[in-house]
Amino acid sequence: MKLSLGPLQYFWPRERALAFYRAAVRWPLDIIYLGETVCSKRRELGTGDWIDLASELAESGKQIVLSSLALIEAESELGVLKRLIEHGDCWIEANDLSAVQLCRERRVPFVGGPSLNVYNHAALAMLCDDGLRRWVPGVEQGFALIRELRDAVRAAGMDMPELEVIAYGRLPLSWSARCFTARAHDLPKDQCGFRCIDYPDGLPLATRDGAPFLRINGIQILGEEVTDLGPELPGLRELGVDILRLYPGADGMADVVAHFDRARASILPLPAIGSRNGYWHGEPGMRREG
Amino acid sequence: MQLVCPAGNLPALQAAIDAGADAVYAGLRDQTNARAFPGLNFSDDELRAGIAYAHARGRKVYLALNTYPDSVRLAQWFAAVDKAASFGCDAIIAAEMAVLDYAVRTHPRLPRHLSVQGSATTAPALRYMHERFGIARAVLPRVLAIAQVERLCESAPVPLEVFAFGSLCIMVEGRCQLSSYVTGASPNRHGVCSPAKFVRWHESADGHRSVHLNEVLIDEYEPEEAAGYPTVCKGRFDVRGEIFHALEEPTSLNTLELLPRLAQAGVAALKIEGRQRGVAYVGSVTRTWRAAIDTYYAAEARAWSVQAAWQKTLAAHAEGHQTTLGPYHRHWH
Repeated sequence: MKLSLGPLQYFWPRERALAFYRAAVRWPLDIIYLGETVCSKRRELGTGDWIDLASELAESGKQIVLSSLALIEAESELGVLKRLIEHGDCWIEANDLSAVQLCRERRVPFVGGPSLNVYNHAALAMLCDDGLRRWVPGVEQGFALIRELRDAVRAAGMDMPELEVIAYGRLPLSWSARCFTARAHDLPKDQCGFRCIDYPDGLPLATRDGAPFLRINGIQILGEEVTDLGPELPGLRELGVDILRLYPGADGMADVVAHFDRARASILPLPAIGSRNGYWHGEPGMRREG
Repeated sequence: MQLVCPAGNLPALQAAIDAGADAVYAGLRDQTNARAFPGLNFSDDELRAGIAYAHARGRKVYLALNTYPDSVRLAQWFAAVDKAASFGCDAIIAAEMAVLDYAVRTHPRLPRHLSVQGSATTAPALRYMHERFGIARAVLPRVLAIAQVERLCESAPVPLEVFAFGSLCIMVEGRCQLSSYVTGASPNRHGVCSPAKFVRWHESADGHRSVHLNEVLIDEYEPEEAAGYPTVCKGRFDVRGEIFHALEEPTSLNTLELLPRLAQAGVAALKIEGRQRGVAYVGSVTRTWRAAIDTYYAAEARAWSVQAAWQKTLAAHAEGHQTTLGPYHRHWH
């Protein structure tokens, strides 16, 4: 089982992000996803920087994948996407249909990201024809749904693409045209002052009775819980999961990666280091108790 | 520019047609559409009757099949496509690739519209759906500013339909798991957002009310305060020590003042949201937009303006009696 470092969902200062990846390249990871997936205004690392970083990190022998924006609205954002694809040395993580189409037109292999809405084997087969080589199911697809889909793939006589499952981190739940971080600061989006940079793990949102609930991350909303599928390793193996995706958090990622490196080598599952993922069990995503 | 109106049941369909809708959209009584609410939608006989009613008056009926089936449930969605074809629906509105693929292979002459749930916001995304499934039209997610809609009208391979009025999903449609995170029931898989069976109201002796969605406190209200339906995106929460509508206020989209720009951009159809709403809403909102559109096309160039009576009627039917230009207006973002 391989380990991947998912794309950085938050907005970190340039030096922090570069230092993070230059450390991460020495961790026991097999795949590193780079690039901005949330907001095109975040330019501490520009498109050229991400591409340069991809080239630099690729020398380690790890697979580097360039991830695309989940929500594309502007022509300039399409331009960035074209640059990533035409860079040519890396696979693309396609996080919307624009990326799928541009990869398809240019015959560039791609990873189907978790916001792509692939719910059945027939859709997956079509995307495989388009160049999909690896699939990351959406957050609401847990063990039973993935197993059903895998069984349907087999029954249809098809091969599964590589299967990558979100194993650690806050779950991306929704995207909007609106920036909620700017809204929380009573700023218009076009003059947001890049306030996301002050929240390296997102901006906490709690209910009125004080229960932590969600994280605001610019135009994206994440769940509060840092989910951990480490205890589910037997089920992950049964499903034939090829890759465990670990989403970067602000602190302690080296330890998280080391933990999952031990976990994948262990027959017995290791104790949890994060929250239970309700979705994995076919329940509301935020349900912590089984 | 066509006016496409919601029909949650047969009386609403008839009200929309009578009030001047060019087309109505409807769903079957199951999870194949994104308004799978109890007591809503059409039996087979009702759908046949609705189609007959519309066709007798030269109007169209589109069937919404815009949820995302898992592999084991595909047959149910395929059967719904068959039904749309055999009943004589004028188009299906679908989002999911396997459903669209089945439709184009099995009923190539049944037009396919890409649903808003398909989350296509760019020319390449629309190209994909057009090349792959021959879509005849696409409904845009409520994320683009008016200038972006205008540009997309030029570059899109198919005519576009946009939301004109109704409840405002503030998240990209087809990309929101807030309901499923809290309740396990999702718009994509189950055709529902924040289903009523998870809603729990509590009123204190002093008149204060609180509302939970599956044990998550969505909002609290003063005794005289108006309360909306508790979706996560329209609750009040604590962010940075302040309690406010952190995601969006209870308000409705209203693009009436943009009508000339949408028409000049070449938008093919204006969509009214609200299959969950009653006959009074459907009739009144449809009649107002019919009048606005007809007046626009009858007017000399640039002589059209929004009439106060129209806005008053629409505001009366809006969530919290508030309306917004929403994402069409850059300041909303």
